[in-house]
Amino acid sequence: MTATASRRTGAPIYEGTRIPSPIPTVLHTPPGVQATGDVQTINFGPNHPSTHGVLRLIVDLYGEDVTGVEAVIGYLHTGFEKNMEQKTWWKCITYPERIDYVSFQNNEYVFVGAVEKLLDLEIPPKATWMRTLLCELNRIHSHLVWLGTSALELGAISMFWYAFREREQILDLFELVTGYRMHTRYFQIGGLAEDIPRGFYPECRKFTDWMPNAIDDYETLLTRNKIWLERTEGLGLLSAADAIALGQSGPVLRASGVDWDLRRTQPYLAYHQVDFRVPVFPEGDVYARYRVHMQEMRESVRIVEQCLDRLESMEGEPWIADDRKVVLPPRHELHTSMESLIHHFKIVTEGFRVPEGEVYYAIESPRGEIGCYVCSDGGAKPWRVKFRAPSFVALQATATCMTDALIADMIAIVGSLDTVMGEVDR
Amino acid sequence: MYEGTPGFVEERVAHGETTVVVEPAQLVDAGRHLRDEEGFNFLSDITAVDYLGWGKAGVSGYIGTAAGRDLNTPMTQGYQVVPLAKPKRFAVNYHLLSITESPRRVRLQVWLDEGEPVATVIPVWPTADWHEREAWDLMGVAIEGHPNLKRILLDDDWEGHPLRKDYPLGGEPVRFSGEE
Repeated sequence: MTATASRRTGAPIYEGTRIPSPIPTVLHTPPGVQATGDVQTINFGPNHPSTHGVLRLIVDLYGEDVTGVEAVIGYLHTGFEKNMEQKTWWKCITYPERIDYVSFQNNEYVFVGAVEKLLDLEIPPKATWMRTLLCELNRIHSHLVWLGTSALELGAISMFWYAFREREQILDLFELVTGYRMHTRYFQIGGLAEDIPRGFYPECRKFTDWMPNAIDDYETLLTRNKIWLERTEGLGLLSAADAIALGQSGPVLRASGVDWDLRRTQPYLAYHQVDFRVPVFPEGDVYARYRVHMQEMRESVRIVEQCLDRLESMEGEPWIADDRKVVLPPRHELHTSMESLIHHFKIVTEGFRVPEGEVYYAIESPRGEIGCYVCSDGGAKPWRVKFRAPSFVALQATATCMTDALIADMIAIVGSLDTVMGEVDR
Repeated sequence: MYEGTPGFVEERVAHGETTVVVEPAQLVDAGRHLRDEEGFNFLSDITAVDYLGWGKAGVSGYIGTAAGRDLNTPMTQGYQVVPLAKPKRFAVNYHLLSITESPRRVRLQVWLDEGEPVATVIPVWPTADWHEREAWDLMGVAIEGHPNLKRILLDDDWEGHPLRKDYPLGGEPVRFSGEE
């Protein structure tokens, strides 16, 4: 291996496997290179502007070549799962959103959905469609944050301003519905916390009419941009077999040519009733991941439009299940009904009880398969909650993707895996 | 349906999910069988659960006793029925997915006592690397044959495994409270 031969721009995807052995997540410098005495070990992060949070990479450099890499995580560990064991079921809902603070609605839904699966609760259609709508808006939001920050790290600062302009519109929509811009806690076990406010549909229509033009703008800036192509094409390669072996999901998996999307293969919410395409690119490089993100945003806009079509005809329908053992009674009943007052008091103080059992509920979050394992002993608090965090898994591919990379490409490659460190460390 | 799995103990179906329990000694063989014969090529997640004190928590709210009504500590767990006893203290769940034409999920489960080791499944699914390190770090499940078994989320010099049920809560003294 020489210091000059490793620039791989435009390289095609490799055959077979490149996963390092015996430790799949650590790339070791070959002994021959180590023996030259020119290998320098540097510490990249945990406080570095381009690590999307607090990721630490221990990098072996031979000239500009990255010969070894090991990711060190845990700087944001806050013990969410332990905390949730101490809270009643409905108080837990605020925690999952804070795990991945960029795709909060999806995280909120995966926990609520898991508990509903244990409870065998039927959700009214209005709540199902609204949840689908918000999850898709949230997907666009998450992809915009990814696009803005990843492009920023590669020097395309204008991209950041454009992406955050539209992100602001989405956060305004969230604020209109829920009262909060982020961490909305709008999904309640059984449905939605409140009815959809008047004026939301026209505002959301304005956004869906505008968004395709904005995506056209982004593509004009980047898709055929020579600098962008040189910084992304043929870099961070991951073959389909390696992506599956390393547990990759979401855009990373689809950019490696695997046609897999939980919204289509194991539909949840209203996804079996909406029409959307799943973008797949076979190149397995950073550029393919960029293309997947862009196309997914277009598809999400289409899904949001279809949800709006349905929701606009559902005026006056219930937005939460009518199971008084689980769902809070309507506010106005508390003044007239003793029974409602008792239910309200019991749910708020003790919490409701969830039948004994264990479930694993998985959905397609913007970053891939997020799963929620929930175990109940029949009491008012979870016995164990565990999240399968797609970012945590994505970072395991760092060593494989960094094979033959240069130090400057490392930022593009780590960025393309779309990790949120809050979710990695939980 | 999965009786042919090496080390097969039992199979349960609940909430539309299939759980296959196998002997810990034959976990790797079982994993290889499920991957190669049944098509479970994708390991979603590894979850370790501590069942210490399962079914022993108190009852909450007003309950009737022989001596009259009794108000227990609020926010303790309560039961209509005592949950089924578990065979051992720890369960380790391997959530498998089949990324094929016929997508399916299955939960592979092994039961362990404290300190009882379980073999690594990295040779079957390389993605198990960090999941197993997490199970060791937070739950203290001894993974045998892992090439890089060290703490992943906590500091290297951390003592104990916080997700265990006997890990003390509120262990950090509050400053200026006289507890220091």
